[in-house]
Amino acid sequence: MSRFHSIKDTQLENNLFLNRIIAAFIAIMLLTSGLIIRLIHLQIAGHEHYASLAKDNSIKIYPIVPTRGMIYDRHGNILAENTPSYSLEIIPEKTTDIDDTLLRLQKLLNIPDEKIDLYQKQRKRQKRFTSTPLLLSMSDEEIAKFAVNRPFFSGVDIRQRLVRHYPYNELTAHVVGYVGRINEAELKTLPMAEYQGSTHVGKLGIESSYETELHGKTGYAEIETNVQARPLNTLNETDAVQGANLYLTLDIDLQKTAYDALGAFNGAVVAIDIKTGGVLTFVSRPSFDPNPFIAGIASDAYQALQSSENQPLYNRALRGLYPPGSTLKPFVALAGLEHNTVTAAQRFFCPGYFQLPGVEHQYRCWKKTGHDWVNLNKAITESCDVYFYQLASKLGIDDMHNFLQKFGFGEKTGIDLAGEKTGLLPSREWKFEQKKQSWYPGETLITGIGQGSNQVTPLQLARATATLANKGVVVTPFLVNKIISATETRPGPEVHKDIIALKQKNVDSIVAAMVDVVNSERGTANDLKKDVNYLIAGKTGTAQVRGIKQNAKYDENAIEFKYRDHALFIAFAPADDPKIAVAVIAENGGHGGSIAAPIAAKVIKQYLKDTNEN
Amino acid sequence: MKTETHHHQFETPSVIGTILRKLHIDIPLFICLFLAALISFIILYSAGSQDMGVLNRQAARIGLAFFLMTALAHIDPYQFKRYSALLFSIGIVLLLAVLIMGEIGKGAQRWLDLGFFRFQPSEMIKITTPMMIAWYLSEHPLPPRPKQLFIASILILVPTLLIAKQPDLGTAILVASSGAGVLFFAGLSWWYITGILGSLAALTPILWHFMHDYQRDRVRIFLNPEADPLGRGYHIIQSKIAIGSGGIYGKGWLGSTQSELDFLPESSTDFIFAVFAEEFGLFGCSGLLVLYLLIITRCLYIASQARDTYCRLLAGSLAFTFFVYVFVNIGMVIGVLPVVGVPLPLISYGGTSIVTLLSGFGILMSIHTHKKFLHR
Repeated sequence: MSRFHSIKDTQLENNLFLNRIIAAFIAIMLLTSGLIIRLIHLQIAGHEHYASLAKDNSIKIYPIVPTRGMIYDRHGNILAENTPSYSLEIIPEKTTDIDDTLLRLQKLLNIPDEKIDLYQKQRKRQKRFTSTPLLLSMSDEEIAKFAVNRPFFSGVDIRQRLVRHYPYNELTAHVVGYVGRINEAELKTLPMAEYQGSTHVGKLGIESSYETELHGKTGYAEIETNVQARPLNTLNETDAVQGANLYLTLDIDLQKTAYDALGAFNGAVVAIDIKTGGVLTFVSRPSFDPNPFIAGIASDAYQALQSSENQPLYNRALRGLYPPGSTLKPFVALAGLEHNTVTAAQRFFCPGYFQLPGVEHQYRCWKKTGHDWVNLNKAITESCDVYFYQLASKLGIDDMHNFLQKFGFGEKTGIDLAGEKTGLLPSREWKFEQKKQSWYPGETLITGIGQGSNQVTPLQLARATATLANKGVVVTPFLVNKIISATETRPGPEVHKDIIALKQKNVDSIVAAMVDVVNSERGTANDLKKDVNYLIAGKTGTAQVRGIKQNAKYDENAIEFKYRDHALFIAFAPADDPKIAVAVIAENGGHGGSIAAPIAAKVIKQYLKDTNEN
Repeated sequence: MKTETHHHQFETPSVIGTILRKLHIDIPLFICLFLAALISFIILYSAGSQDMGVLNRQAARIGLAFFLMTALAHIDPYQFKRYSALLFSIGIVLLLAVLIMGEIGKGAQRWLDLGFFRFQPSEMIKITTPMMIAWYLSEHPLPPRPKQLFIASILILVPTLLIAKQPDLGTAILVASSGAGVLFFAGLSWWYITGILGSLAALTPILWHFMHDYQRDRVRIFLNPEADPLGRGYHIIQSKIAIGSGGIYGKGWLGSTQSELDFLPESSTDFIFAVFAEEFGLFGCSGLLVLYLLIITRCLYIASQARDTYCRLLAGSLAFTFFVYVFVNIGMVIGVLPVVGVPLPLISYGGTSIVTLLSGFGILMSIHTHKKFLHR
């Protein structure tokens, strides 16, 4: 039917189509004429106007660079500031030959090639009339040398700029971080308009994670200039919004105490305010002076830092991965109590080793002669390994893993710093995914004493300790307490709130045992109880750097320093009303009790003294 | 049904003419396209800071595009008609695939990574949508009835919305207009056309609601570029300065100071017309527009001579879409339309659009060189 119909109307369709072709042609002609009229408007009527704009760019838009926000500690001590310094700057448009000028400057002032390269890159993204620094923080000698030769360098001048400065040098490098010259990769990701006049950007630490807040908002001025780029008249101006000031939870005096207490050891000290989660000390040793990085560190100095065996650039507190050793025991014990695997009074016999049924391998206790009969309190106080082998074996890896995970082991803490490591809390699934192997019962045992595949960061350890002290109310560490901008004051990051359901009685048993670690005669850290009038709850730990063969003996003096065990200590105080939690790791320190525990005690003592005074 | 034809005998024989006819190439169209490619090289050399690498890459793409065009010109239009629905469906499936698992490029999901190259399904849709609509409408008497109009609208809206969601507003506009072009040539009544344009205007506030922030910004800045002289408004201000300062005769080849000094962003791609206008002035611009009009006129002529309804509708729509391309790009560069990401056809740097465009011209050549002399 319809086909018949359509054939009948062929002529009609043809005519219709031809009409439409003509209509389309007319419409296209009209619209094209519209384009040409607009072009005539721009190119004939507007020609003079636009030509003058193009010729000497008579209206130029200058960015007004905001001042970077300051960073303070909790008591208002300045951790990062802006100090005036002299820089050598070039306006490319005003030089006769920019490449020749750079060549002559390089000869005069002995400028390394990489600074010239950096300048060239920076210059290319900026307008020809903006002043771009070649050298920052010039020395008196450099200033004098240039001043004499100034007439030979048109377009080059010495200007005063604000330059970032970190008064506490290496003490804060791993927390506050540093700013550096914007590099090529950052050019691609940073918003162009916002960074038009900026030369620096946060590279590490707080400087990097709070870049947006610290940087502020670039303003601009539309300025009418003559051909020589001399400003004649400001047409329009939008002020810059200065960067926000940050107030950290960090206590710089406490930071210094912890840093000094760690002494010659490599390692980390993290202290957390249990009530808020605010990080009080965040020490990673060795450290480095961030100030040379601001103007661009010399490549040999950088090489030296990078190739140093002690790795000063590595943030151990945030990224260092260590076996928790016996510091994990209070958490494993709590897991046993909560899952009703053991009671606090239940005893196991420790002959100095433990064997799985039907297996010959002996899992050794650190005390060869054994601990005799051991209950939970004694197991923690004297750090009996055999007790925990028994407990772990009864509890099983699944319950142990799931319980420990709630305390944040094997997970990022969520602190407001970038680059945090996850650590590793071994589980059946993990082993199957990573190694395509099933879980062995022996692995449950060594996981139970914090060895084996277990890996924690000092920050995770401090957080777990704080959460335990807080009776299961999860503590999330953070560094920025207040952000004060020109318009508003707002708090730092929103922290994740969570509660682990725990029985009061069980927590009390663990805390009592941890108090005994410090206060009982047989406790592994009983040196600490001298001259304190409050109770510290703690736990020592030793992490093997290198495995010991079945029948070999660990002899501290016979072993090379770098293979000595790491010393660990976790603590919180006062035990009855916890305020501060600390985790200490002293690499190759040997003993948790004698090396790591006193460091934690110093931090606790100073903090409690300060809080009581105020 | 007769399939192959003997049209040779109806035209004046000449050696070159015979060869070209054997190649199924339409000579006037070919010459115009060749000229456009030449202009592309000349202006890219200037806009791309005299980088031979840019020219080499563009040459490779144009070579591929011309090859594809010739290949498509060999296929009988009957085959296009036959596979219209299939190709359209494949295109829609690929678009969905891009949305679901497409990888992120420039913050937008547009590509399918096939391992050895990246394929942009929205480019294919630019051609298969008019094919689909032309096939559907040609199966029914014209002008289209409300029922066919409704189904055709759905067939246009589905790919358009999928592409707009990527988000790629420029391509979505081109796809929508290619479909609308078919409806127009099919004889959609003027009452409907007025109604649709009217309701589009009424729908603007709703459209605004669904736009991405960056798209809204573009419209805002189009309306008032001076509000953001450091950021996006900068493009339009600098583009106007470049065009205006070109004057009647232009500053001459390689004379563009605006792009040379990096005042003009995207000078090789979407904003290349500004460089052209600065260097060749009003004369050059008019010349380029005349070249475009010649191409469009030839395409409309091909449409008027086409052998059946399907070919007519498809040819007319391809010609119309080409004009929309030109108009949207130049309109945006000279500041009469908001900035949407549409390149200047045949001239801008960038591969995918030129391959699609020349494929379209390949289809047009196929329509023109495979004529059947049916009863009139």
